[in-house]
Amino acid sequence: MAAVGIAAPGSSRKRRARGRRSLSAGSGLALGATMIWFSLLVLIPLAAVLISAADLGVGGFWDVVTQPQTLAALRLTVVESLGVTVLNIVMGTALAWVLVRDRFWGKRLVDVVIDVPFALPTIVAGLVLLSLYGPSSPLGLNIANTRIAVFLALAFVTLPFVVRTVQPVLESLERDVEEAAASLGASRLMTFRRVILPSLVPAIVAGAALAFARAISEYGSLVLLSGNLQYRTEVASVRIYGFNQDGNRASASAIAAILLVVALLVIVALDVIQRRLARRGD
Amino acid sequence: MATDTLTADPSEAAPSAKRRRKAPPRSGYTREPAGVRWALRVITIGYVVMLVAWPTYLVFQRALEPGLGAVFDSLREPEVGHAIYLTLYITFFAVIINLVFGLTISLLLVRYDFPGKRVLSVLLDIPLSISPVVVGLALVLVYNGRDGWLGPSLEDAGFQVIFASPGMIMATVFVALPLVIREVVPVLEEIGDDQEQAARSLGANWGQTFRRVTLPGIKWAVVYGVVLSLARSIGEFGAVKIVSGNIAGQTMTASQQVEDAYQNFQQGTAYALAALLAFIAMACLVVVSFLRPKDDQS
Amino acid sequence: MSINVSGVNKKFDDFVALDNVSVDLPTGQLTALLGPSGGGKSTLLRIIAGLEDADSGTVTIEGNEATHLPPQKRNVGFVFQHYAAFKHMSVAKNVAFGLEIRKRSKADTQKRVAELLELVHLSQFGHRLPSQLSGGQRQRMALARALAVEPTVLLLDEPFGALDAKVRKELRDWLRRLHDEVHVTTVFVTHDQEEALEVADEIVVINEGRIEQIGTPDELYDQPASDFVMSFLGPVTTLDGKLVRPHDIDVHTRPEDGTGKKGRISRLLRVGFEVRLTVSLEEVGHPDVEVTVTRANQRHLGLEEGLPVWISATNEAALEPSVQAAQA
Repeated sequence: MAAVGIAAPGSSRKRRARGRRSLSAGSGLALGATMIWFSLLVLIPLAAVLISAADLGVGGFWDVVTQPQTLAALRLTVVESLGVTVLNIVMGTALAWVLVRDRFWGKRLVDVVIDVPFALPTIVAGLVLLSLYGPSSPLGLNIANTRIAVFLALAFVTLPFVVRTVQPVLESLERDVEEAAASLGASRLMTFRRVILPSLVPAIVAGAALAFARAISEYGSLVLLSGNLQYRTEVASVRIYGFNQDGNRASASAIAAILLVVALLVIVALDVIQRRLARRGD
Repeated sequence: MATDTLTADPSEAAPSAKRRRKAPPRSGYTREPAGVRWALRVITIGYVVMLVAWPTYLVFQRALEPGLGAVFDSLREPEVGHAIYLTLYITFFAVIINLVFGLTISLLLVRYDFPGKRVLSVLLDIPLSISPVVVGLALVLVYNGRDGWLGPSLEDAGFQVIFASPGMIMATVFVALPLVIREVVPVLEEIGDDQEQAARSLGANWGQTFRRVTLPGIKWAVVYGVVLSLARSIGEFGAVKIVSGNIAGQTMTASQQVEDAYQNFQQGTAYALAALLAFIAMACLVVVSFLRPKDDQS
Repeated sequence: MSINVSGVNKKFDDFVALDNVSVDLPTGQLTALLGPSGGGKSTLLRIIAGLEDADSGTVTIEGNEATHLPPQKRNVGFVFQHYAAFKHMSVAKNVAFGLEIRKRSKADTQKRVAELLELVHLSQFGHRLPSQLSGGQRQRMALARALAVEPTVLLLDEPFGALDAKVRKELRDWLRRLHDEVHVTTVFVTHDQEEALEVADEIVVINEGRIEQIGTPDELYDQPASDFVMSFLGPVTTLDGKLVRPHDIDVHTRPEDGTGKKGRISRLLRVGFEVRLTVSLEEVGHPDVEVTVTRANQRHLGLEEGLPVWISATNEAALEPSVQAAQA
């Protein structure tokens, strides 16, 4: 599933300036209609979140965010998301490497399993983890309702991101570049560090950014697994949900605005990386 | 490799944006020492097994423990049945809407120039990195009937969005919005507009060109996009939970029913329904991974 | 006049692709638009086809005003450099496409497709997919597809550019013969001067968005209107401040009548039947002169590296003073 992931370098390079048309009557109408729908569905509601948060004023906003329970939730979310992102950078790159460069029986199956966290409904993901790491674990360890459970859930749902962004780049690397490095006297390790890794970095960064964005916004998989204990296992999304249930939409919007801005920063960063990758493809 | 091209499957001729070429067999220098290879294999596969494969297997095992008959019984409970029906209903409309919107916007982005295009293409990715809870909250802020921006006027006109299926469909459409676009845009870019220009120079009008030339070129990408949207829509939880109000037997979808059943200690129902959802998701995965390679060897 | 282009301008952002271009292309002729890449020749062709809109200027095809007609109403055949084959359709379906759009009867379409596949020697490939054809076969299919609708004009955009040298040469001969058979007004774009000289009745040389010269291959070769045309159509070297073709220089091993310039062969390279000499002249500041002689001539004169020689332009040489370029 390539639902995530930035396009492999080269795909946007194919874009041809020639032959692209300016809008005609028909396409202008289509653009208008889709823009109205997009505004009603996405732009206006997201603007409503920001405006609702802004209505609190700087002081009110600050009060919501620094309230101990909220602060604990935000801290937990950021710290665990960063941890999961680092884990993904290492394991995701290693997995991509194994999938592209190694050959063994059952590789295809591993390739499919990587996508399971994408496809699985998040609530099911929580239940899935509970069945191995919950009260009736066949391993005899019960980590339900702990911070480790939160970490586990985030690791589960973010697994595919780095793998799926690095994989195509690794596949498109020219093998002869490595051979050239070898002929110039570089050791295998040095070749990896000096030749391969630098070309993977943009993809790794892109995958890591997506994983981080996903981690800080996770909700569904945590509902059953983390117990949503205040000050202990409650994350930002759960806090927003709680505020909303209490009818306190202004406070909910304040935290939502933070998540929204982070999400925006991530996709803008991805856009920049993607463009750079595309340019390097030339 | 003349023989290869002669026997090539028609669909293989379509170029693909996914450049998943099979890695050529490696030998000599560019192969790691056996120790390194084995260590990497064991660590990465162990990670995937412990994190994904084993737990997922256990869910199916738990669900099927009481026997297939019991599973179907728990799926036939009225509330569960209604939740499944509602999920399918919402998914159907959400996928159709995203298909139409996705195709239109993909064509506009790739084939036309208009101001604000780059901003739009960036904004289209928002749903991928935003919390579903924020999506739900955003929709409630605008469309709730009491103090929403547009909600009261819509409700006066007899159209309830929040706590009703229109809101749940919107939430589902939102979270699955970019999936069709992200599949179709790269393929449209890859195939270029040469064929479309050729069709126009041969006298085809816009509709004929789209139906006879453009659509056949992107059909697999469209299929992937739809399957991905389908999987995403069926499983959506957070965003729908907020806009639905979670009323059992009325606005509760299958994934919410899983939570509800588990919280109420109906483990059998929870696992049965979760296994059903997981099965659908995996089926989508298999369909996609089964279809995709065909299009990969261009 | 079959195609009349008058005062056409076209810009891509800041880049001027065509600068007030006017040209008449007569009915039934095979015309080459020749020039370096990015010179505007493809843009001109696409404007004739309606695939690109001119910023200003007019296009008429067979006397019909076509400037604002969409491509599907111009009845032109267009052949693309990269074939633009409909990849999901068989070869026969590709050829039939334009006829089906025009709602010809099934029998008619079948008959016409069979004729055309015969014409382009692809009869036994009708059921294949484009991906099962070689590049040369694909381009012939594209040609048949364009000819199927009996276009008023046939436009080819670097039709052989994506093919390897040998196939290119074959197709080139074949295009010439095909044109003699079907006589449709044909315009093709190329950056290969040999291709243009060999195939075309008339050549339009385009550079930097302007027309440098229009003429038959012989006119262009013998009376180039500018330094650019001269150097684009073949190798040139400078002698006495004038452009000369290397094979239009006489070489003597002793001063004949005092008109030759003295120099010494600093390099000698045999390439098949010809011998290329680099002559360093005694005159201070004169650049080295490239001279081409036949092998027989080289043997006869005993030319070898280091030998002193006297060189002069032959009488036939079309010596064009550089100033003329400015007037062109």
